[in-house]
Amino acid sequence: MLGLAADRLRADMNRLLSFLFHQGILDEQFLQLQQLQDETSPNFVSEVVNIYFHESEKLLRNLRSLLMDREFSDYNKMGIHLNQFMGSSSSIGAKRIRNVCLAFRAASDQNNRAGCLSALEVLEHEYCFLKNKLHELFQIQQQRVLAAGVRYPMQH
Amino acid sequence: MTVEQIVSEGKDQFPIGMRVLAVDDDPTCLLLLGTLLRRCQYHVTTTSQAKTALKMLRENKNKFDLVISDVHMPDMDGFKLLEHVGLEMDLPVIMLSANGDTKLVMKGITHGACDYLLKPVRIEELQNIWQHVVRRKKKDRCNSGSKDKPHPDSGEAAGIGNVDNNGKLNKKRKDQNEDEDDERDENGHDNEDPSAQKKPRVVWSVELHRKFVAAVNQLGIDKAVPKKILELMNVEKLTRENVASHLQKFRLYLKRISCVANQQANMAAALGTADSAYLRMGSLNGLGNFHTLAGSDQLHNAAFRSFPPSGVLGRLNTPAGLGIRGLPSPGTIQLGHVQNSGNPTNDLSKLQSFVPGNHNTNILQGMPMSLELDRLQHNKNVGHIGELPTTDSMTVFPGSGNLVDARITGFSNNQLLGVTSNSLMLEGSSQQATSHTSVSAIGFQNGNALSDFTSIAPASNQLQDSKAGSQGQASPINCNAGQIIRSAPQEWNAPRKDAPYQSHASINSSIPINGAMIQLGQCLDRNNSIFHRTTDLDSVGPLNFVDPLSIKHSEGDNSIMEPSVIEKEGYLMFQPRPHGSHVPDNIGSLEDLASAMMKQEGGCNGYSLRTSI
Repeated sequence: MLGLAADRLRADMNRLLSFLFHQGILDEQFLQLQQLQDETSPNFVSEVVNIYFHESEKLLRNLRSLLMDREFSDYNKMGIHLNQFMGSSSSIGAKRIRNVCLAFRAASDQNNRAGCLSALEVLEHEYCFLKNKLHELFQIQQQRVLAAGVRYPMQH
Repeated sequence: MTVEQIVSEGKDQFPIGMRVLAVDDDPTCLLLLGTLLRRCQYHVTTTSQAKTALKMLRENKNKFDLVISDVHMPDMDGFKLLEHVGLEMDLPVIMLSANGDTKLVMKGITHGACDYLLKPVRIEELQNIWQHVVRRKKKDRCNSGSKDKPHPDSGEAAGIGNVDNNGKLNKKRKDQNEDEDDERDENGHDNEDPSAQKKPRVVWSVELHRKFVAAVNQLGIDKAVPKKILELMNVEKLTRENVASHLQKFRLYLKRISCVANQQANMAAALGTADSAYLRMGSLNGLGNFHTLAGSDQLHNAAFRSFPPSGVLGRLNTPAGLGIRGLPSPGTIQLGHVQNSGNPTNDLSKLQSFVPGNHNTNILQGMPMSLELDRLQHNKNVGHIGELPTTDSMTVFPGSGNLVDARITGFSNNQLLGVTSNSLMLEGSSQQATSHTSVSAIGFQNGNALSDFTSIAPASNQLQDSKAGSQGQASPINCNAGQIIRSAPQEWNAPRKDAPYQSHASINSSIPINGAMIQLGQCLDRNNSIFHRTTDLDSVGPLNFVDPLSIKHSEGDNSIMEPSVIEKEGYLMFQPRPHGSHVPDNIGSLEDLASAMMKQEGGCNGYSLRTSI
């Protein structure tokens, strides 16, 4: 029974991961993150990703408040936030988010505020989606850990 | 662990344990970077504040081997940090950014970065960064060791450059210095007990620098000689050599500023846009920036030091010696004195020791030849200037008639990087087998006639002719701080109020063009995208590289006197396209380029190659 749960969990995890890769939401950079996780840093991926979430939310909020400001004109400042968001997103392998950032940057380079706004909306949407999926992934992993710790009653 | 230790001990496990300082304000990236670096078995220190990083570096100069820094940071611009580190500590610095825009990458080069990585950083890229440490040390060692007949000033300058090096280098310098005793006006320092080799590195603090600048201003930039400056400054424990090397850097810095300002003005005029990045460069705050320039004692012989930023020359892996007389010794784009006494082969071998950069991107290693890379840079897709071939027959240079293949060493970034200071943007291609590919001297810009050199067409190796350009036409090539851009033809040195600086034209003329043809063909990677892209890069103006080497070197005697030369050296100058002299954008071959250059002759005012080594 419990063994089956572990298998099921692993299957769920793989399915989710392959979905994310297949849809282009994550790319091989995420794999690199996973490879960096080992016995010495067993929670590396979730640590990095949580930092990423924390920072990204700040950045997205900043971007939104800049753009919503009626007197917005400082594209440079926005560019800095955007650049950071893009850097961290690409570092964790959030491919789709990074691509939207590219479009956002292009709009910003042309001082196209409307374009920036719509890019921001897509960005927020993508970010939420990614966050949900990654949370799901971490949950599965946690459950796996728990499941692995459970012993069969029959074992001696 | 210094290179010296590495070399002498032989039992260290370099690159394992290499000490890296990582700086990035983004915590996600910083954590990731730190972990990746540890995975490569380096010894890593991370910080999110540039100021903290500088403080750590200043506390103990020998604590780190390499610095990796993000470009955009809130407390200090990454480029500023880069300059500081380069000048004060002369450590290799790798830039990191999510933005791989050509302009930024170029800015990195001009400020002296030895590489520019794009985020997301992969572990493969980090596994090779140790090469920058080795390369730099090797270059330094070569520099100090390769001076056969340094000119009085050059010798000194070279020596000064190494004054704070570890013992080995000091010792070499001392030996060389002893040879030049008669030429030196101040021997006390040189004749010191040879065993007292290790000199404490002088940190040019803001105060010290202020005194220095005051002294220089008092004497007048033309008349400012280290001895007098030293006297005026009246700081104990400061040696004439320290002052001399600082002076070199200062001159380069001033030159760079003017060049940059000029270039920017040109570009802005031409393009009708004000590129804030470039303008910023131009408006570097004198003290502050210079200070950074002054930091590195290792900048070699003066003149070159950097092509625009003083750090650049030092940092870029320039092939070591340019054989050309007066060409800086290998490994650095230094225009300064020719360390090799004009023996090209020496230099070549030194050059050859340059290890090409990592995978994709290459930094041009500047051979002093000035090449005009037309449009190269603009194209972001330009893969990079070919991998530099490990072989080297690069001969740079003009005077000697050796052909150098400029190598572009690399940035691991794929973006095309600008030219290195010495303006040779040569793509090292593995082809460089032929020893004599002629390198076309590129672009010399004369005060009035800017010769445009379009990028050298990849296909041909044909630069065979040394005649191109070389002859004296060195017109000063604009130093392009930022990029290779087509700019309106203008006197690039227009704003210079400083006379000596303006004479680049003259200096440039001494560019060894004669014969120094840069073998673009060789350098160019035949397959290389960069050159193939020339046609794509319409927006990029002809880049004229001045061969700094040629320019200056001749002068050992003048090294101090001709700041313009100095600056030129090693500068990658991008010349604005002169109105009249039109070099077709799509110069198909080096020959065309050469002939275009030839047409420009006449600007030289009879400055014949002054490579009077």
